[in-house]
Amino acid sequence: MKKMELFDTLFWFYLWLQFHQYQVVGRAHPTESDEHPKIYRMKLWATNEFSDFWVLLNIFIKYFLRKLKKAKKSNSQVLTINEKNPTKIKNYGIWLRYQSCIGYHNMYKGYRDTTLNGVVKQMYTKMASRHRVRFPCIQIIKIVTIPAKLCKRDNSKQFHNSKIKFPLVVKKVRPPTRKLKTTYKASRPNLFM
Amino acid sequence: MPFKRYVEIGRVALVNYGKDYGKLVVIVDVVDQNRALVDAPDMVRGQMNFKRLTLTDITIDIPRVPKKKTLIEAMEKADVKNKWENSSWGRKLIVQKRRASLNDFDRFKLMLAKIKRAGVVRQELSKLKKDTSS
Repeated sequence: MKKMELFDTLFWFYLWLQFHQYQVVGRAHPTESDEHPKIYRMKLWATNEFSDFWVLLNIFIKYFLRKLKKAKKSNSQVLTINEKNPTKIKNYGIWLRYQSCIGYHNMYKGYRDTTLNGVVKQMYTKMASRHRVRFPCIQIIKIVTIPAKLCKRDNSKQFHNSKIKFPLVVKKVRPPTRKLKTTYKASRPNLFM
Repeated sequence: MPFKRYVEIGRVALVNYGKDYGKLVVIVDVVDQNRALVDAPDMVRGQMNFKRLTLTDITIDIPRVPKKKTLIEAMEKADVKNKWENSSWGRKLIVQKRRASLNDFDRFKLMLAKIKRAGVVRQELSKLKKDTSS
């Protein structure tokens, strides 16, 4: 097998809350002129809804392989898909390109999370809330785990404290299961922690 | 009133919502403003929203993100289990659990015990009344 080429572009699917990272590996069909076409690997984030996933996967493969590497869906094949799952708090930096009503903009965002998928989800929700940018308008250019020294955003840096200590100001009073929820309560809740 | 219970590394918290409801967990690191990395001897370390946690008075002495073994040792040393079960909060939860798991026969026995206790109390009360009136 020839050397795999890694795309810098990454795609994300926001159909459900949980993202899984998939690495899709594909290549053009072998033809007479090219017995061993180059294999390309792309990281995709998708939810569990496999039917949609496959549809979208194929579309994106088509988009990327076609736009960037001249391999149309009709003559390309998907080779493997696998998942990834870690567990330790990391600082992530995301470079992204998004489309606003005015035009395209580049951004760098920093988030703290345990998993890559979690950061992705965070990023999408925050972009949606702060900039009203929807999922299809965001392209992720790069995601990198950053050592604490190189974090730029104060919001992340304030948690780089091994003796971190803060009070929870308001206690959210809620029943332990949604079944026990009632519209009316006999007494006012005590919000003091 | 100033705050007494802080989110800090080593704070023991009670999970008050979700799959791990009722468990005592230790805050092992803070992800961001809303979430903590949380660990307990019998669960995989994971992140939890602070909304699901109620802080307790108990803290243990651990470094940031300790190994599971270190965590368990620290919990033994601080005697978290006993402290919790002897605290009034912990005792109340135990009683609640016990009450919820009573079967019909237990509830019958409970009813008889309550009646008996009420009878004894009323006897004493009537004795006191007689003493004061006489």
